[in-house]
Amino acid sequence: MQTKFNEAQLADPDTRRSNEILRSCVHCGFCTATCPTYKVLGDELDSPRGRIYLIKDMLENNRKPDEKTVMHIDRCLSCLSCMTTCPSGVHYMHLVDHARAYIERNYKRRWDERALRWLLSKILPYPDRFRFALLGAKLVRPFRRFVPDARLRAMLEMAPDRIPPASRNDLPQCFPAEGKRIKRVALLTGCAQRALNTDINDATIRLLKRHGCEVVIPDGIGCCGALTHHMGKTDDSHAMAAANIRAIGAELDGKGLDAVVINTSGCGTTVKDYAHMFRNDPLAADAGRVAALAKDISEVIADIGLRDAWHAEPLRVAYHAACSLQHGQQIRSAPKDLLKAAGFQVVEPRDSHICCGSAGTYNLMQPVISAELKTRKVATLEATQPQVISAGNIGCMMQIGSATGIPMVHTVELLDWATGGPIPQGLAATPELPVREKLPVRSSSSNA
Amino acid sequence: MPTIAMPEPDLGILARASQIIERLTAVVSAEAVISDPQETRAYECDALAAYRCLPLAVVLPRTTEEVSAAMKVCHEMGVPVIPRGAGTSLAGGALPTADSVVIGIMRMRDILEIDTANRFVRVQTGVTNLSVSAELEASGFFYAPDPSSQLACTIAGNIAMNSGGAHCLKHGVTTNNLMGIRMVMASGEIVDIGGPLLSGSGLDILGLLCGSEGQLAIVTEATLRILPRPEGARPMLIGFDSAETAGECVARIVRSGLLPVAIEYMDDVCLRAVDAFANAGYPKCAAVLIVEVEGSEDEILHQIMRIRQIAAELNPVEFRTSRNADESLKIWKGRKSAFGAMGRLGDYLCLDGTVPVSKLPYMLKRIGELSKDYGLEVANVFHAGDGNMHPLILFNANAPGELERAEAFGADILRLCVDVGGCLTGEHGVGIEKRDLMTKQYSADDLAIQMEIKSVFDPDWLLNSAKVFPLEASKPYRDKAVRG
Repeated sequence: MQTKFNEAQLADPDTRRSNEILRSCVHCGFCTATCPTYKVLGDELDSPRGRIYLIKDMLENNRKPDEKTVMHIDRCLSCLSCMTTCPSGVHYMHLVDHARAYIERNYKRRWDERALRWLLSKILPYPDRFRFALLGAKLVRPFRRFVPDARLRAMLEMAPDRIPPASRNDLPQCFPAEGKRIKRVALLTGCAQRALNTDINDATIRLLKRHGCEVVIPDGIGCCGALTHHMGKTDDSHAMAAANIRAIGAELDGKGLDAVVINTSGCGTTVKDYAHMFRNDPLAADAGRVAALAKDISEVIADIGLRDAWHAEPLRVAYHAACSLQHGQQIRSAPKDLLKAAGFQVVEPRDSHICCGSAGTYNLMQPVISAELKTRKVATLEATQPQVISAGNIGCMMQIGSATGIPMVHTVELLDWATGGPIPQGLAATPELPVREKLPVRSSSSNA
Repeated sequence: MPTIAMPEPDLGILARASQIIERLTAVVSAEAVISDPQETRAYECDALAAYRCLPLAVVLPRTTEEVSAAMKVCHEMGVPVIPRGAGTSLAGGALPTADSVVIGIMRMRDILEIDTANRFVRVQTGVTNLSVSAELEASGFFYAPDPSSQLACTIAGNIAMNSGGAHCLKHGVTTNNLMGIRMVMASGEIVDIGGPLLSGSGLDILGLLCGSEGQLAIVTEATLRILPRPEGARPMLIGFDSAETAGECVARIVRSGLLPVAIEYMDDVCLRAVDAFANAGYPKCAAVLIVEVEGSEDEILHQIMRIRQIAAELNPVEFRTSRNADESLKIWKGRKSAFGAMGRLGDYLCLDGTVPVSKLPYMLKRIGELSKDYGLEVANVFHAGDGNMHPLILFNANAPGELERAEAFGADILRLCVDVGGCLTGEHGVGIEKRDLMTKQYSADDLAIQMEIKSVFDPDWLLNSAKVFPLEASKPYRDKAVRG
C-alpha cells in the first residue's frame, strides 16, 4: 500500500517499522474474515484492515488521536488471528503496539478510563497486590449489581471463588532434575497467574523435573510486561521486561540455560518479542538472547518427548487453542500431539481460530464484546461434549471457566497427571470421572 | 497521478449532507450510519487501494427492509449509492464518490435455509463464500464457485461480479449456481426473482442481474445450488522450464477431452512469494500447473495417468501428485492466497483478462516481452483451464510515475486479450479499472443497449453509476437523471 511519510518521520525507528509494515499490506481484506471483532460487529472499522487504515492515517498525519480512532483500536483484542491469515506477512502486532503507545502519549482518556487503566497496571502485574484485590473483590461481589460501571462489574465477576495462598514454589530457587539432567531451564512464574492459580506452576515444575530438566526460578523475575504493553504504557512494560532480561541474563552468564520456559502463552508472545522491543536499547543483545531461548512449555516437552504416559482413562479433552499460542507463537499441533501421546482423546471446537474474548485485560475493558465471544466459544466447546477443557493460557482458562460447568484445566496439568502427577484440582472435584479412585488427589499445598 | 477519472461530486448533494444523514439515521439505527470522516476513511477504497474517495456516509443495515429503507431515502433525495460487500474488489467496484452513500451488507450474514434434499441453500448475501461451504460440510455438500478471496468475499459481491474461481472449470461460475435472489431496487422496492425450482419461465432476469456489478439492484438474499462433495479429489503439480510450454500443456489437456476440476497456473515470480507463506513445496521452475481431478479412486488414478501422458510429451521438469490431504490443503492454500502473498514482493496491479485457451502460450510470450518494454516485473497466476489470466504487474507505489506506467502496461495486456478473441474481464468485473477500455471490446451500440437496460432498472442512475461504462459514454445518462 502506498504511504506518505516524510524523511523526518521515518527517522523515528517506530515509524520506520510501521512504514515497512504498511507497505507490505495490499489491502486484500483476507484478514477481515478471521477477525473476531469484525465477526461480532460487522464493521470494516473493527477489522484489522480498517484499523490498519486508521493507524496509517493517524501516523502519516502526526494526528492527535480522536475518540473514534481510539475506540476502534481499543476494540482490537490483539489476538493476532489476522497475522495467521495474512498472506503478505503484515506484522500487525508491531503496528498496533506502536499505535497503542502513540495513543497513550497523545490522547487524554476520560478520567474514569484513565483511573481504571492506572489501577489495572498497578495491580495485575504484582501477585501480592492482585491477590489482595481478589480477596477484596470476593467480599464486594455479592453487591455487584449496585456497581454502575459494566467494566467494574466485569472485574468483580471475574474474581474466582477460590483464591489460593501464595505458593512457595514461585520463590527464587532451583529444583533439581529427576534422574539424568538433560536441560537446565528457567521458569517464568508470571504475575496474575501466580495469584489466580498456583497449580499451573506446580504442575509445570513437576513435569519439567520428570523430563530431566533442572528448573530455576531466577531471582528478580516478574511480570513479562505484556499487560501494560497492550495498554500502550511502554515505560512500565519496558521496565518490567528489562528486569526479566537482567534476571535471566544473570542465569545465562552463570550456570547457563537451555530454555526460558513460559506456561502462559500470552506472556510467551511478549517475551519472544523482547528482541524487537529492545532493538534500540543498550539491552538489545541480552534481550535477543532471552527472546531466542523463550519457549512455551509445550515446545519444550515436545522437544524432549513425552515420557512414561501411563494414563489409563482416555478422557475426552476439548483443546482450546489460546490465540497467543496459535497466532502469536504459531504453535498449533504440539499441545494436541502431547495430549494425544498422553492417552487423551482430543477434540477441537468449530472456529478454533477465533478468540474466547479474554485477551489480557480485554474482558475487563470491553465487557460487551468479550462476553459475546465468550458465549460463542463456550457453545462451540460444549458442542464437542468434552469431559474436560484444556488450554495453555490462564486468561482463557478464567474466561471460559467462568461460563461452563465442564472442568477447565491447563494443558500441563493433564500432562503432569498422565505422567505420574496428581489429578488436577478441576477434575478431582468432578464425581463422574471413573479414574478418580485410582489416583492420588493433590492437596493445594502439595510440594512440586 | 492515477489515470482513472471519477465524475465531480454533485455540490447540491454535498450541501444537503446533514439532512441526508439525519434521514438515514431515522430509518436505520443510528449505530448503523457512519458519517464521521475519521470513520468513513476505512470505506474510501476496496482492494484497488490506489483509488480512494471518502463517501458522504456509510450505512450498515441488518435486514433487507433496512436496505430498502436506506435506498428509499437515497432515491427520494437523489443520492448516488455504492453497494459494498467485503470490499475485496480488485477493480474498484466498491469505490465511492464524495456525494455517495455506501450501503454495506456485511452485517447480513444469516444462513436462512439449508435443504439438502432439494439441493439448495438460502442465505443473506453478506455471508462469505467460504462460510457457505463450511455450513454445509457436515451434510456432505458444498457450494462450487470458489474465488481465491473466498475466505473474505461475500455472496453479494460474487453475484455482482459473477465470480468464478479455480474449480469453476468443471462446476461453472456464479451464474451457473445461482437459483434465486431477493433484491432491493433503486426505488427501494423489494423484488424476488427465481427460487429453489430448477427453472422459471420468461426472460432470464436472474442471468441479467448476475454480473451486473451493483448497477441494477442490491441483492440481499440468494438461493444457491449446492453439490454433493466428490468421493475424492487430488491435485497434481506439473513443473515446466518455460511459460509457453506450460501454456501448451493446458491447451493439450483441454483438447484431450478430459475435464479436470481445476487447471491453475503460477509462474516463478509468484511461486517465490506464495511458498514463503504456504510452505507447499512447489517445484522450483519457470511455471507450475496445479491440475486437480476428482471422483472415485479409480477415476482419479485414470485421469492422473492420462494427464501424465499428455504432460510427458512436453518434458516437464517435475510431475508429482499430492500425497495426502494435508499436502493438498497446502497446495491450494498457496494458490488461493497468491494475490495477497504477492504483497511480499511489492505493490501490484492485478489484471483479469480472459483469452481462448489455445492463445495462452502466445499471451504469455507477449506479456513477457511487454514486461521488458515497460521495465516492470510481472507475475502470472491464473485459472488456465478457462483461459482466465491474472497477470500481476509489480511496481513501487511510493515511486512517482510507476503506478501510471503499470496502468499503461495493464491496458496493453487487456487490449491484447481482446485482440486475440478474448475479453477484458473473467471474474473481477469492470469496475473503474477497465471502464475506459470497454470501447475496445464493445461498439457504441453495444454499450448503449447495456446502458438502456440499466436505465430500466435504475432510471435515475443512482446505483454505482460511475463504473463499468466509460464516463464519456454514460455522461448523457448520468446528466439526464434528475438529482435532488
